[in-house]
Amino acid sequence: MIGLEHYLIVAAVLFVTGVFGIFLNRKNVIIILISIELILLAVNINLVSFSVYLQDLVGQVFAMFVLTVAAAEAAIGLAILVCFFRNRKSISVDDVSILRG
Amino acid sequence: MFPGDLTTILPELVLASYGLAALIWAVFSKTPRTGTALIWLTSFFLVGLSLWIGLATTGTKEAFGGAFVDDGFSRFAKVVIVLSSAVVLLLSQDYLERERILKFEFPVLVVFAVLGMMIMVSAHGLMVLYMGIELQSLSLYVLAAFHRNYSKSTEAGLKYFVLGALSSGLLLYGASLTYGFSGTTLMSGISEAIANDDTSVGLLFGLAFLIVGLAFKVSAAPFHMWAPDVYEGAPTPVTLFLATAPKVAAMVLFARLLREAFGPIASDWQVIIGGIAFVSMFLGSIAAIGQVDIKRLMAYSSIAHMGYALMGIAAGTEQGFQAMLLYMVIYTVMNVGTFAFILSMRKGGRPVSDIYSLGLYSRQSPVKAFSLLLLLFSLAGIVPLVGFFAKLYVFLAVIDVGMYWLALGGAIASVIGAYYYLRLVYFMYFGEAGEDLDDTMPRISMITLVISGALVIVGVANLFGIIDITQAATGMLFN
Repeated sequence: MIGLEHYLIVAAVLFVTGVFGIFLNRKNVIIILISIELILLAVNINLVSFSVYLQDLVGQVFAMFVLTVAAAEAAIGLAILVCFFRNRKSISVDDVSILRG
Repeated sequence: MFPGDLTTILPELVLASYGLAALIWAVFSKTPRTGTALIWLTSFFLVGLSLWIGLATTGTKEAFGGAFVDDGFSRFAKVVIVLSSAVVLLLSQDYLERERILKFEFPVLVVFAVLGMMIMVSAHGLMVLYMGIELQSLSLYVLAAFHRNYSKSTEAGLKYFVLGALSSGLLLYGASLTYGFSGTTLMSGISEAIANDDTSVGLLFGLAFLIVGLAFKVSAAPFHMWAPDVYEGAPTPVTLFLATAPKVAAMVLFARLLREAFGPIASDWQVIIGGIAFVSMFLGSIAAIGQVDIKRLMAYSSIAHMGYALMGIAAGTEQGFQAMLLYMVIYTVMNVGTFAFILSMRKGGRPVSDIYSLGLYSRQSPVKAFSLLLLLFSLAGIVPLVGFFAKLYVFLAVIDVGMYWLALGGAIASVIGAYYYLRLVYFMYFGEAGEDLDDTMPRISMITLVISGALVIVGVANLFGIIDITQAATGMLFN
């Protein structure tokens, strides 16, 4: 029988994968955007499984809001990335490095 | 019930409609200087809105089943946020015009960011809290990258976006755990659930993630790494905006969440917040010493100031929260004044931000240099100025609950921090004369600089009655 714990473990694994994807990846910024989506999806799995477990609809409403915000966030992230690419002709993480010190 | 809810959120509704109307008008407008017109219109609108919020409503009203609350605490924060944003808009105009980035999107994005902050400070449930934070953050990401043909600005925007999205993710994971283990997203429900049975590990995990996410938003150490880069790279008016209103909003939200949702386990979070405050104060004070870019320096300065303000929350008492509110108001005034000067630092028509360019500025224009001196002394917390009293109240609040280590750490950190503020003053009065700064400070920046310089010294008399107002505001949260 698949219970609440299994869903929470899957969500936790996805969440950790997302966080590590942001910090360990040295290649390009698109992977960071994907990792952010992964984190938000992990949260959604959490919310929906809690919602079913608690027999309470609020969690699913919350998940819908998160989905909407995730779409807006991805749009803005890509727009900023396009501006960055026009200036630098690169989207490599190692090139995000003018500002430091 | 529903129309009543709408009257409770009327200020937010009005601001949202204004933002949308302004956007549509600006898109279809044929007038050549839409940006300038919209900046003036928006700041007058915001001043009017703050008067309305501050004077028209009293008491506590809840809306949407308790997910949104309009009380003295949130109204006070809203007035501070909306007024400071209006001043920021007026100060930005000259800089944006000179850099040729005065597009009408700027005031519109500021309006939506302000709307997000107003929702944040009124949030009484995790869902509203998240929506407010995201509305504010998404607007701020775009603002940070506003100078889009300039690589530093787009890089700042990208860094802010990535770390901001990560922090929202952490916050949201905390929110989902809190929802799961308490069975509700309303703050009142969470605190009931905590009070009824002993706290589960899941709830503590949720609390920890929520704290980390919000610490990112207020740029408290050890979650501050985005702040110096974003402050340096973003256009200076945006840096000013980032340093004032969003900090107030996030701090007030922090206080409300911890008090109203996690009040019954105060002893658990007091230590965490105290630790964050301690690290922030020291990191901000020590890391700022080596900085030569004044915007970067102000970033570390704001990290340290967030540490002091968090001390008030760490106290967890009414007195502590009141000290935090007072601290944020004084911090906002000092920052607006200092940035009014930084915005007009130019050489040969180009903006400069290295601190050596201040060399012997006092000979060039004594009045402005003296106003800046007062503001910097106040930021350092030197005795007769209001910055000192701001620190004094948070110290008293933590001493009152027996967290002596925190007060002692704060005192030591403010002594270390005084060094870099005094170094700026040293450059202005005794540094090496270089090429003079351009004498093109617009009148409005000049007035703001001199007035805020005067405020930090005149305000010592009675702080303009703000203490009583903060007391009334905090009292509503604690009863």
